[in-house]
Amino acid sequence: MNATMNPGALLLERFEARAGRRRGRVRRNATLIVGCSILGIVIVATLAAPLLTPYNPNTIDPLHPLAPPLTPGHPLGTDQFGRDIFARILYGGRIDLLIAFGATGVTLVAGTAIGLFSGYAGGWADSVIMRIVDLFFAFPFFVLVIAIVAMLGPSIFNMFVAIWLTSWISYARITRGHTVLAKGREYVLAAKALGYRHSRVMLRHILPNVVSFVLIFAMVDAVGNILLGAALGFLGLGAKPPSPEWGAMIADGQNYILSSWWLSTLPGVAIVIVGVGFSLIGDGLADLLRADD
Amino acid sequence: MQVIPVLIGITVITFFLLRLIPGDPALQILGQHYTKAGAIQVRHSLGLDRPLWQQYLLFLQHLLQGNLGESITFHQSTRSVIGERLPPTLFLVGYAAIIALVVSIPTGVISALRRGGIFDQTARVTTLVGFAMPSFWLGIILILIFSIHLQLFPVNGYGNTFTQHLDHLFLPSLTIALGFSTIIIRTLRSSTLAVLATDYVDTARIKGISRFAVLRRHVLRNAVVSVVVVFGINLAFLISGTVLIENVFGIPGVGSLLVDSVSTRDYPVVQGVTLVLAFLVVAINLVTDVVHASLDPRVVAE
Repeated sequence: MNATMNPGALLLERFEARAGRRRGRVRRNATLIVGCSILGIVIVATLAAPLLTPYNPNTIDPLHPLAPPLTPGHPLGTDQFGRDIFARILYGGRIDLLIAFGATGVTLVAGTAIGLFSGYAGGWADSVIMRIVDLFFAFPFFVLVIAIVAMLGPSIFNMFVAIWLTSWISYARITRGHTVLAKGREYVLAAKALGYRHSRVMLRHILPNVVSFVLIFAMVDAVGNILLGAALGFLGLGAKPPSPEWGAMIADGQNYILSSWWLSTLPGVAIVIVGVGFSLIGDGLADLLRADD
Repeated sequence: MQVIPVLIGITVITFFLLRLIPGDPALQILGQHYTKAGAIQVRHSLGLDRPLWQQYLLFLQHLLQGNLGESITFHQSTRSVIGERLPPTLFLVGYAAIIALVVSIPTGVISALRRGGIFDQTARVTTLVGFAMPSFWLGIILILIFSIHLQLFPVNGYGNTFTQHLDHLFLPSLTIALGFSTIIIRTLRSSTLAVLATDYVDTARIKGISRFAVLRRHVLRNAVVSVVVVFGINLAFLISGTVLIENVFGIPGVGSLLVDSVSTRDYPVVQGVTLVLAFLVVAINLVTDVVHASLDPRVVAE
């Protein structure tokens, strides 16, 4: 490094060195890689469902009901209507992944924005928002979601509404806590001293430093939302038969559990695989964050 | 947590729940039996013909008198309907909590003491998978194995005597407890690791105190405190699990009442159950706060 290099370039070089180290760590972070691979494979498989199976998830085949797994042509067997289980799990995965991403994505953005504003603004706005957050925390989340779905009328869309209404609070609380901490740090004080607008300080200086905590929680939350969506489908309050949503499939197969175990157990395995994928990504991100400090 | 504002807030949210019903609630409730006179009567009995603030004050006044309104399907007061269904739920919550503690305290502590060992690795993988496992699915599998194939436990129901309750509710409690344990084990493992790395544990060891005594007096004591805190934070999770599992095992508690009431559009019961379970969370949280304070003097000092 020579002395004529200007400070900006020096900073850039240091930044690149850091980014390089980070890339190296990502490569060595087996947890993260395995998690991303699991989720990636599942996403591709559900999107490419028509290429992977010739069957329609809802086509009834009265001649071949309750075929066990490994039957030729039906790798995971068929259900009581002769519908191919593999096809149903693949197409149902679209619904469950939509629940995971749709429910988690919206609450992540909204909750983070609210928490960022609350922590940065402080004062009475912060107090009011945090009292509302405390309040929602007193409710058993699942019960509140069921109650809201009950009032709006059971459907997948109303399930989303119920999750959107209640689930932002965790993100708001996490973001707010880290924003309050960041507000006192030198880099934020420096940005303010330079006369940057509040929006710029919030979005360009504070947000990048709190977003990793939010993302780690989002992975846990995504697992929670998949389980919640499946639970509501199981109770008949979300996706309805003949929808191949995994929870609804488990409920549907419950009557045949004595003779045909695969109807209820296999969709559950699919849920566990996706959930483990998200959890591993969350753990991997947490390791990465710890290594950064 | 300040209790009074939270309790008032809970009443505000449950009050507004009825307001979420799209369109005319009277039409939703009466369905095919809709008549003009009936609709007016329903609106009047729900207080929907008054200004909003009056409705809330009325709701609050009724609540203080222990009146949660009239159940539409049971034709009796919501309070007595919920009152009948509450004991199985409370039994289930307590039973599941005990099993969860019995499973997770030794697992968490041993995992931390033998960090990286076979036990720790196994526990890590098990909690990872257990966390992603739908509890209702696990419940079905446990029924399949223990009730149907091994015939060790009844398939469903609640029983009549205390010992029958213990027998009937074992599998459902175990199902709830296993999901709950994954959270406690992970937290307990990391908090125990943190304690093991402290100076006072080193000091105690250097003083020549036996390994076992250090474990009991310093490590376990702190571990129990962290379990109480985690327990309090995740209590709502435990209650949620109970609501779901009651429906899998056909237990006549408030959870199955809640789901049944959704399909019969018994809105006052849905509202009442939500309120009662939220109050339950606040009450048990108070108890965990008191236990926490009695175990950890620093909490009182704050």
